[in-house]
Amino acid sequence: MASRTVKRKSVVTDPVEPMVTPPPLSTDTTFLTKPKIAARSRKRDMPEGLWTKCPSCESLIYDKELDDNLKVCPKCGHHLPIGARERIHSLVETCSFEEMDAEMQSLDILKFTGAASYEAKLAAYKKKSSLLKDAVVTGVGVIGTHRVALGVMDFSFLGGSMGSVVGEKLTRLIETGSSRGLPVIIISTSGGARMYEGMFSLMQMAKTCGALALHGKLGLPYISVLTNPTYAGVIASFATVGDLILAEPAAMIGFAGPRVIKDTTQADLPEGFQTSEFLQEHGLIDAIVPRRDMRARLVYYLDFMMAGRRPA
Amino acid sequence: MKHHLDFEKPIAELQRKLEELKQHPENHSLGISWEEEIRLLERKIEDARRHIFSNLTPWQRVQLARHPKRPYTQDYLRLAFTGFEELHGDRMYGDDRAFVGGFAQIGDRKVVVIGTQKGRDTKENILRNFGSAHPEGYRKALRLMRLADKFGLPIVTLIDTAGAYPGVGSEERHIGEAIAVNLREMMLFNVPIIAVVIGEGGSGGALGIGVGDRVLILENAYYSVISPEGCSAILWKNRSAAPDAAAALRITATDLRQLGLVDDIVSEPVGGAHNDPAATAASLKDAVLRHLNEVSAQPVEERLRNRYRKFRSFGHVLEPSAQAA
Repeated sequence: MASRTVKRKSVVTDPVEPMVTPPPLSTDTTFLTKPKIAARSRKRDMPEGLWTKCPSCESLIYDKELDDNLKVCPKCGHHLPIGARERIHSLVETCSFEEMDAEMQSLDILKFTGAASYEAKLAAYKKKSSLLKDAVVTGVGVIGTHRVALGVMDFSFLGGSMGSVVGEKLTRLIETGSSRGLPVIIISTSGGARMYEGMFSLMQMAKTCGALALHGKLGLPYISVLTNPTYAGVIASFATVGDLILAEPAAMIGFAGPRVIKDTTQADLPEGFQTSEFLQEHGLIDAIVPRRDMRARLVYYLDFMMAGRRPA
Repeated sequence: MKHHLDFEKPIAELQRKLEELKQHPENHSLGISWEEEIRLLERKIEDARRHIFSNLTPWQRVQLARHPKRPYTQDYLRLAFTGFEELHGDRMYGDDRAFVGGFAQIGDRKVVVIGTQKGRDTKENILRNFGSAHPEGYRKALRLMRLADKFGLPIVTLIDTAGAYPGVGSEERHIGEAIAVNLREMMLFNVPIIAVVIGEGGSGGALGIGVGDRVLILENAYYSVISPEGCSAILWKNRSAAPDAAAALRITATDLRQLGLVDDIVSEPVGGAHNDPAATAASLKDAVLRHLNEVSAQPVEERLRNRYRKFRSFGHVLEPSAQAA
């Protein structure tokens, strides 16, 4: 079956190459704190690619430290964006991830031209990232003791937007989960459907939900994890039909963007509107799980959800 | 009250002349009889209409789809269906009046029909929220579809919405989840489902009742992932490029048919649905019955397999490794 070509590619090695090679690890903590002072006096001289300013608490974090902490600010716990491959690496057992459809790429089926051509956009994004061919990475891997069908979206590729590739890769992933009797886990981050593919993008919503409908009929689990940000076409499809819906802390999650809502209703938005915490309060989210606890928590849930299927 | 779109103006002008002429039944100096003159003018109107409506741009079709005189769901319930009695409420939160639904008969078929409903005037538009539903609307639709499935009645959905409502209440009650659950459940119902886009097919709000064995669209309706204005605002950085966006997004009935995204186009009379609602309703009834009879003839398993395969097939991707293999 040509459609089931499984590309065996592991993410054993640290896939994210820092823009500048970090200096050797040192126990000298003065080295870590020094640029903070420098930054206060001469902000522009801050060496790029070595330090990141936390968007929440504004403290400077050494990139290596940030990477080791799964892109979570060690000072305030703010969750910064994390690439799909890095996230997969943080979840699966070493060498266990077999990537699927790694070569699948988007096609400018509508020959979308206008202010920007889709063709040019795609080319630019592919050039920018050698690690991503589109906005989702899918494959089968082992989390704890559970083999799972895992899909992880990446916001850095065209805002994580869902076009035919995202829809097709996720549908194949779900179908693989169904046929191999595996739980499906999808970790979302997306601005919504990809405009450039018009109605083909919208139809990916029905397609992925359809595949999940059949998956659910087999009594197999589907866990949806929402991360910052997840919106629109993705929130109105596979991301909200999980048996469990989890979210990272303080993620922005919603159907319509806050500005659209404000413009339409001319009303002030409530405090904390569209955050994970707000949505848990309003009954959508089962649990808010910090990134560094995610792996263990997924194992915990799967232990229960797969308990009935395990041979005694 | 008269509503004319810009491109309808030449027709409106001729119609005004005709009205004037009809008021003065007297012969004119040129030797043409009054009756003859009226006939000539009527012919001229017909010609103008034919000419204008055979050369519509995508943006003009969007305007037609939004025409304030265009027949809405309730008009079709009156003209194409019989015996409709509305059923209310989602049994959870409320009764979203942007949706109407209930039992009805179309031809000799008993069905459950559900549609989004716009208002005809300001007062009704406030009641109907301009046809943009909250989560409870989609949940009411789901409840009625479950009712249909339980009692073996086919489902007909009529889609006419600019989109699901982007408001605080919508988000607090999880509009995304309401739509997504419908997408999942509609794939599993045993009964036949026919979805018809009768006016605006606004993105997820339209798709939320749009998963069918057959998806039909009226000739001057549109169905789009984003409104042309929204697309224009994002990609062109201003809303005035909406006509360009409407063309680029390929949202007209003919475009969607060519792309294989809809199964059939329901033709409208020359001049658009609002020019002759009864004829449009007859055309819709005919198409719905034809497709309903076709999918009803399929065994349940086959129908469900076809429904899944249809939506499964949507999308175009490039696979270098598969091509090499």
